[in-house]
Amino acid sequence: MKQSNSSWQADFLEKVNAAGITVEQISLPSITLWQIESSRWQQFAELAVQQNLRWAAGWAEHYQEQFFIKACFEQNGFYIVLRTIINDASPELPTQATVYPAANRSERHTQDMFGINFTGHPDNRRWTRHKAWSDHSFPLRRDFPVQGAPEAVTPPDMDYSFVKSHGAGTYEIPVGPVHAGIIEPGHFRFQAVGELILNLEERLGYVHKGIEKIAEGRAPESLARLAGRVSGDTTVGHCWAACMAMEQAADIKIPPRAALIRGILAERERIANHMGDMGAICNDVAFVFAQMQFTRLRELWLRTQAKIFGHRLLMDCIIPGGVNGDLSEDDCILMKQEIIRLRSELSEILQAVDMNSSLEDRLYTAGYLSPDIAAAFGTLGYVGRASGQDFDVRRDASYAPYNQLTVKVPLEAQGDIASRFWVRNKEINVALKLIEKFIDQLSPGNLIADWKTPLPGSEGLGIVEGWRGEIITYIRFDADNKISRFYPRDPSALNWPALEKLVLDNIVPDFPVCNKSLNGSYSGNDL
Amino acid sequence: MNWLMAAFQTLLFAALAPLLAGWLKWCKCRLQNRKAPSLLQPYRDLFKLTNKQPVVAEQASWLFLIAPYIIFSATVLAATVVPLIAVDLPTSASADVIVMVGFFAFARFFLALAGLDIGTAFGGMGSSREMTISSLAEPAMLMAVFTLTMAASTTNLSIAISHVLNEGLVLRPSFVFALFALILVAIAETGRVPVDNPATHLELTMIHEAMILEYSGRHLALIEWASQLKLMLYGVLIANIFFPWGIAETFGAQALGFGLLAIMGKLALLAIFLAISETLVAKMRLFRVQEYLSFAYLLGLLGMLSHIILEASR
Repeated sequence: MKQSNSSWQADFLEKVNAAGITVEQISLPSITLWQIESSRWQQFAELAVQQNLRWAAGWAEHYQEQFFIKACFEQNGFYIVLRTIINDASPELPTQATVYPAANRSERHTQDMFGINFTGHPDNRRWTRHKAWSDHSFPLRRDFPVQGAPEAVTPPDMDYSFVKSHGAGTYEIPVGPVHAGIIEPGHFRFQAVGELILNLEERLGYVHKGIEKIAEGRAPESLARLAGRVSGDTTVGHCWAACMAMEQAADIKIPPRAALIRGILAERERIANHMGDMGAICNDVAFVFAQMQFTRLRELWLRTQAKIFGHRLLMDCIIPGGVNGDLSEDDCILMKQEIIRLRSELSEILQAVDMNSSLEDRLYTAGYLSPDIAAAFGTLGYVGRASGQDFDVRRDASYAPYNQLTVKVPLEAQGDIASRFWVRNKEINVALKLIEKFIDQLSPGNLIADWKTPLPGSEGLGIVEGWRGEIITYIRFDADNKISRFYPRDPSALNWPALEKLVLDNIVPDFPVCNKSLNGSYSGNDL
Repeated sequence: MNWLMAAFQTLLFAALAPLLAGWLKWCKCRLQNRKAPSLLQPYRDLFKLTNKQPVVAEQASWLFLIAPYIIFSATVLAATVVPLIAVDLPTSASADVIVMVGFFAFARFFLALAGLDIGTAFGGMGSSREMTISSLAEPAMLMAVFTLTMAASTTNLSIAISHVLNEGLVLRPSFVFALFALILVAIAETGRVPVDNPATHLELTMIHEAMILEYSGRHLALIEWASQLKLMLYGVLIANIFFPWGIAETFGAQALGFGLLAIMGKLALLAIFLAISETLVAKMRLFRVQEYLSFAYLLGLLGMLSHIILEASR
């Protein structure tokens, strides 16, 4: 099924044309952009799903008094951006969510932020909008002020209609948005019989920070800093995706040394987070010993980062055009020694974890996500790869520095919590090797390319493999080097719906460990 | 004098329970390669909580308010029945081991009611799980206890312990079975790993903690203290019934002092074993608890059978 080139695009274009959809191909330097009429929006999705295209992202834009609605599809590492333009005060177009369940929340987000009505949407309740702004104001339209018009105290959100269950013995468990642990806010509504979960409904949006709105009018450096704060644990990933998009728009190539350092940063972030997650999964089944060990290793790893890069979580190390700091010979030696030490320590701990039958009993078969559902929701990263979804941007839509070498993509097929645990372990091993190779490839050179002010209206699409999976960031520039639109699509946006499915038929006390094995970002999802 | 001794022993129970909890936490921390808090930390926590104003939910009824006092008193009363440093207690004569189990059940009944009272989903969930587990644990507990009482022909704990002391060190299969049954039950009843996790912050996985989520201030202090007492009670039961050597048989100062040291040593050792087991195993899936407790019941039953078949005929 794998094709090594993008020939499917030509075939698909023929099919789309045959179906009577006029596609206007707009040539942009690095994006394949197809424009269709808004009335054909859903029909296009139907053809795309027949072709097994993956729905990857959806966003809108209020640009020059018109609404640009976009959806991004992918197959075999090649992306097409579908666009339609609506010139109407009360815009509407047919939904794609009936065809692609992954588009559901994205369209609801667009509906809340732009007032675009998706007709025939299976669930058009509000999503990102809680009570911080009224029904009839739309924050991402041009006429909405950046500071908004918030009330002194945001009223409680009482009237959201959750799915209800009826019948003897069924009951509801509302959990959150404030949790007992130090985690982000999000509400989970369970319907259960006894301990068995009948249904789980997520209600997110509590960490909506208005990132898309406050990005407008920023300079590139300032936007890179903002992107680094979309989700604190993915600061490198989001920052890189935003910089990549801006560099595309400005038509800049970053120096090879900068690309290698970016690669090292991204892999270090992946390792730190995977170690934290593996510990947290153990902690959620009260196997505290492993958690303490993983936490210790992660802490040492972060301290090295603070020493070498000046920030524990590597914030603001990536800047438009390159990177913010250089690596000395000593730094490289230190990192290589640390990798050797980490490998031996990890193998000891993992042996203890692997041999523990009580842990095995909890992690195997629990939280099963079938490959079919994973594919239907377009699940990304370790969640997808633990359910057989063989996709990794670093390999399939490779970019510098990954295009210089072959990236191994580990897979697991069982789709349970144990799979998601062990796939993380394998990814750590791959990442450690990558860092070593990147260090070896480092040769003296510039760290930053000269910035060129992009033409007004120029666009860029940054696609990188963050530690949670594919990050897609869209950027459009206005005149004077100012950002007009910034949309970061965190992988969590596609992974969260999978959680609602994978907890079914599990028992209520197993939910925390199921959730931890997926570990979506609330902040990255809510924007 | 005897009554004074019983009162003194109960006071000791209440005073030492937080120390045992502190020691257990210390052992667990060391086994996890962490720095441990001071052994006195549980005392500080209790003191801190007592000085805080309790926050009570608007929906709470009188039941929620009195439950901590009932739970604590019932646990203290249960403690009066169990010989700690000396046998031959008048309280043991007036209340036997079945009364002790009854006190536990009484305390648990009110704890479960309090969990339901405020009407939160977590409280109800915790109460339902607690009742499920206790309905399985109590028969196993009684079966283990009956094995012992059949051997000593009494349900009076003081007499039973004296009986074991007089018998000397004899390896009885019935006692071995009963010991293991009681250990399994003790872990379940005191909410330790692998049945419950007292250190968790995950509401959905909680059993004991879910019921007391809404408690704060002195109410919480009383409940915490009661659960520390309960942990110690089970420890003392296991230590003094199966390994009673060292317990004071007379009320002389030297014998009592030695008895105190003996029980502290035994409890410290038991806590080390508990800490090791909690470090080695993950918490089991909730629906595995029934298998676990059925196994405890089976052990108790085997103990009784082996007593009848092997020992009673002699």
